[in-house]
Amino acid sequence: MGGQKKTAQLIDSNGLRVDGRRIDELRPIKLEVGVLDKADGSAYIEHGKNKILAAVYGPREAHPKHIALADRAVVRCRYHMAPFSTDERKSPAPSRRELELSKVIRESLEPSIMSEYFPRATIDIFIEVLQADAGTRCAGITSAALALADAGIPMKELVAGCAAGKIEGKVVLDLSDIEDKQGEADLPVALMARSNVVSLLQMDGSLTPDEFNQAFEMATDACRKIYEMQREALKTKYHIVRDVEEKNEIVEAKA
Amino acid sequence: MNLHILRNQHLYVAVFVVQAKFELDQLTVHAEKKQLVAPGELLAEGPYFAGENTYRDGSKIYSARVGLADVIGNKLIVVPIKGAYIPRIDDIVIGRVTDIGMSGWQVDICAPYPAMLPQSETPMQHGREMGRRDLGHLFGVGDLVLAQVIAFDRTRDPLLTTKGRGLGKVTSGRVARISPAKIPRIIGKQGSMITMLKNETLTDIVPGQNGIVLAIGKNPDQERIAVEALYMIEREAHTSGLTDRVRAMILEKMKGK
Repeated sequence: MGGQKKTAQLIDSNGLRVDGRRIDELRPIKLEVGVLDKADGSAYIEHGKNKILAAVYGPREAHPKHIALADRAVVRCRYHMAPFSTDERKSPAPSRRELELSKVIRESLEPSIMSEYFPRATIDIFIEVLQADAGTRCAGITSAALALADAGIPMKELVAGCAAGKIEGKVVLDLSDIEDKQGEADLPVALMARSNVVSLLQMDGSLTPDEFNQAFEMATDACRKIYEMQREALKTKYHIVRDVEEKNEIVEAKA
Repeated sequence: MNLHILRNQHLYVAVFVVQAKFELDQLTVHAEKKQLVAPGELLAEGPYFAGENTYRDGSKIYSARVGLADVIGNKLIVVPIKGAYIPRIDDIVIGRVTDIGMSGWQVDICAPYPAMLPQSETPMQHGREMGRRDLGHLFGVGDLVLAQVIAFDRTRDPLLTTKGRGLGKVTSGRVARISPAKIPRIIGKQGSMITMLKNETLTDIVPGQNGIVLAIGKNPDQERIAVEALYMIEREAHTSGLTDRVRAMILEKMKGK
């Protein structure tokens, strides 16, 4: 981070960033639910240039048996980057970084999952990064929350993730790859928007307390926006169900 | 821990029974009937009960699943669109024997928990020592059994019985694997869909609550058409006029046979 030689100007004289965004602007996000047939639930996200698939299996029998808990389901999570997701080929073996991200993603989703409904079972979450462009953990959380909802797992609410950071002395929202690499700080946040609970907060680099508050505010606001998109995506997937159910009722009423 | 939850719920019930008397005009239902809701969506505020797939936070009731919201009296529920099969007592299920133990069988019923079918719950002869080999004579590993859930409470694995009319080993027919949430659609209002299926395909159709549906016909063609119709119902469960379209499809296919 910080110590690297700057190769490009990250914010131009008009206050726009490399990709033409304003300081507090999100990258374009596309969400799709139920994209995989074999998984119990799945979702796909494109967040800027990030392309991420999330799949959920379960609740299912716990294997090996000794990992099962008597009072709730075990939530397992695997975050993995495809070998072709980065500029340089990434070894497909799980790295130290992926192990850590698996853990923090799991912990950011767990408070929402009502795992006490399925004691002794497991819920498995798989997050596969197909193309990485900074902020994969946040986009991974956003898509995994949708996949969990798609699997029909009881959960308190959807979890949305988004990062903020600092580049060239300015606090900005949703860092892209180059901003992340050349910037001074990165602050990934996951928010449960309904109850206003922060379930992931990490920081890389350094921010003053004021900058931190500003970045945190920005990131949580963005999470709320993403939460709305998640709800939209779920309803798009299932809206046909609703329309037709209503029609059914009309038909039955006539008959 | 479970006890604590239960106690709290009773507390809520008590509190809200009292409140209901005073706040009847303050209650608000935010969700329309049959509205599609996402997890965390506000369903109602005030003296309502949080029913299936919903939860309470303070005075507000929220959805816990993707589904269709509904109000029954003063209870809010969400009817799920998708989800795993959770056994309930008295459910008729179709499972596959996965293991034979000393005194019973282990059966996979497509639930998060493996089911047990004890020897005492089969019409087997008692009185003499039964060994593993004798159990195998009744149901072998890989056999399909039609059984009924007699006990399940999440702390223990579901218990099955094959004592009962029509229960026991599945010896003929074809099975379709369908989402458990779609089983009510296969049956239809007052059994309208399943009656039509049986009459038109000339097969006997046994729907397991766990999503496994068995079709037994006089010849393989009838069974094949019945299974095709079952998958069609699952695919188009959300559309109207489905019974008529399925009937048309069956009649078309039955012509040549």
